[in-house]
Amino acid sequence: MYVAVKGGEAAINNAHRLMADRRRGDRNVPGLTIEQIAGQLALAVDRVMAEGSLYDPDLAAMAVRQARGDLIEAIFLLRAYRTTLPRFNNSTPIDTATMRIERRVSATYKDIPGGQLLGPTFDYTHRLIDPAMTEDGPVEPGHRRPVESDACAPRVTDILNGEGLIEPDVFSNAEPSDLTREPTEYPVDRDLRLQALARGDEGFLLALGYSTQRGYGRTHPFVGEIRIGMVDVEIDMPELGFAVTVGSVRVTECQMVSQFKGSAGVKPRFTRGYGLVFGHSERKAMAMSLVDRALRADEFDEQRLAPAQDEEFVLEHCDNVQSTGFVEHLKLPHYVDFQAELDLLRQLHEDTTTATIDDDQAPLSEAAQ
Amino acid sequence: MTGTDALPAYNFAYLDEQTKRMIRRAILKAIAIPGYQVPFASREMPMPYGWGTGGVQVTASVLGPDDVLKVIDQGADDTTNAVSIRAFFAKVADVATTTKTTEATIIQTRHRIPETPLEAGQILVYQVPIPEPLRFLEPRETETRVMHGLEEYGLMHVKLYEDIAQHGHIATTYAYPVKVEDRYVMDPSPVPKFDNPKMHCSPALQLFGAGREKRIYALPPFTDVVSLDFEDHPFAIQRFEAHCALCDARNVYLDEVVTDDRGGRMFVCSDTDHCETRRTEGHRGTGLPQTEGGETASTSREAAE
Repeated sequence: MYVAVKGGEAAINNAHRLMADRRRGDRNVPGLTIEQIAGQLALAVDRVMAEGSLYDPDLAAMAVRQARGDLIEAIFLLRAYRTTLPRFNNSTPIDTATMRIERRVSATYKDIPGGQLLGPTFDYTHRLIDPAMTEDGPVEPGHRRPVESDACAPRVTDILNGEGLIEPDVFSNAEPSDLTREPTEYPVDRDLRLQALARGDEGFLLALGYSTQRGYGRTHPFVGEIRIGMVDVEIDMPELGFAVTVGSVRVTECQMVSQFKGSAGVKPRFTRGYGLVFGHSERKAMAMSLVDRALRADEFDEQRLAPAQDEEFVLEHCDNVQSTGFVEHLKLPHYVDFQAELDLLRQLHEDTTTATIDDDQAPLSEAAQ
Repeated sequence: MTGTDALPAYNFAYLDEQTKRMIRRAILKAIAIPGYQVPFASREMPMPYGWGTGGVQVTASVLGPDDVLKVIDQGADDTTNAVSIRAFFAKVADVATTTKTTEATIIQTRHRIPETPLEAGQILVYQVPIPEPLRFLEPRETETRVMHGLEEYGLMHVKLYEDIAQHGHIATTYAYPVKVEDRYVMDPSPVPKFDNPKMHCSPALQLFGAGREKRIYALPPFTDVVSLDFEDHPFAIQRFEAHCALCDARNVYLDEVVTDDRGGRMFVCSDTDHCETRRTEGHRGTGLPQTEGGETASTSREAAE
């Protein structure tokens, strides 16, 4: 009896071994390759990179495979590796105006300089499960645009800004905050909020963004522009006196144009919500931009009433590695504390039988920690 | 990325030295202000939040090659998470491990304090889920920090009073709030209140790590730690009527083991090392087979060293 409630090293090893077996599945079926995952489950890999906040498609694909397709588990693997990496430099801000665009749409204009470009999107597919998906049939290559040397696709927000109709971008060379290197102290600045949102759980941000649309912190949003493509990452080299490109990353950027604001000295202007996510992830970038705008309530003297406007609430709960850890730790043994609760409950029962108190309220049981 | 050349190599005790320095600074500050929660830049660890990432970071930062580490969960050395964390440090730091409280220089714990009194030179590292004792009364960090700053603890006393008004008792049985050096109200981590008196004036250094919440706090040796109470409702610890069924110990914290589906129960020491030590000393409980020198299956455990 006593042994049954204790775990041991052998049990853990056996559990790991069984898990490895289940991960591999039927040995008669070829194992997934990293190339297959990175190439054919690219959106899963993108999500893992975005929320793992580490841009490395191969490593993310390895994590997806190791995690048996559990993306939060894969994100966790990537994070636990990322945390050990030295920080040797900050890149200069990436310039999304020079993005090599794969997709770019604006909901606020019928047409825009540089054009609307649908790119690879599910938007207009009919969600009918395709019988062809049972096998690996031939797939036609996509049409490609001829490579334009100086493709000009100015950001929609820059177009609006030219007329003074939207709040301008705030240019800053200040070193950005990093919540993975500094403890968070509230209230925080927007740079740190954006970092938290960029790493935040897609589902959580989606629900929060949705809640703003349904009246919990409404911001009257329009998609000014969504663009997806590769941008160069540059690092300033003080020895050289100029910036050097160290690589390029695929990002999704969403500029949400929201409710205008003015004040005594300032003409009314549209405000912005901003979303920027590694990889191809429109849903996340859009949700992020909605929540970013909602969190700026104080800047615009809006009352903070809705969950999406509550900085501490959003930032403390948007991280899925933290959330899943604390929720799932409830399955760890808690029998010592439970024993203490049992003890109290029995004592209270004794009290009521001896003292005939007609109070049948159950005692407040505190959540397991 | 192919081949093993790109695979990561890890520093002694996993954390890099800069991170350890940062955590040690937080620990020193915590020791200087007993009971005060010091924010620190908690790292993402290779085990999940809630599994003891705060305790693991503190242990990794104070651990040296000559230390002897003991890890317990629920008082036991052989619960799965204790086994896992001990194996982690045995692997990444190659330190000696033990299950003996008296042999350990560092003890990482979840939910218990060993029954054997700790000694000077030992470090007890607690895993803390919610470091803020006021959190369930006020969810906002911005508010609770001000409350600590102003020593504004009325809300906590009101909560304890309401327990008494409703139930006739203070209905907090674990994570029972304490006041440290007559200044900060502190969460003792979810140890049963049975263990609270052991924190008071302990000769050992007590460190508390909360990874997800990014807080470290400490009780230096011989710190005053007083459980909150009222004059007419003084603090009292749990008392068990039963003795340990294996080692006959009394006045220790007991686990209740359900032995059948007809209400059968037996009580055994939560602290497995304490129980084992007593049995080797010849103490025998009523739950052991009454044979001459009969070692039961329940006492055979893998040596962790």
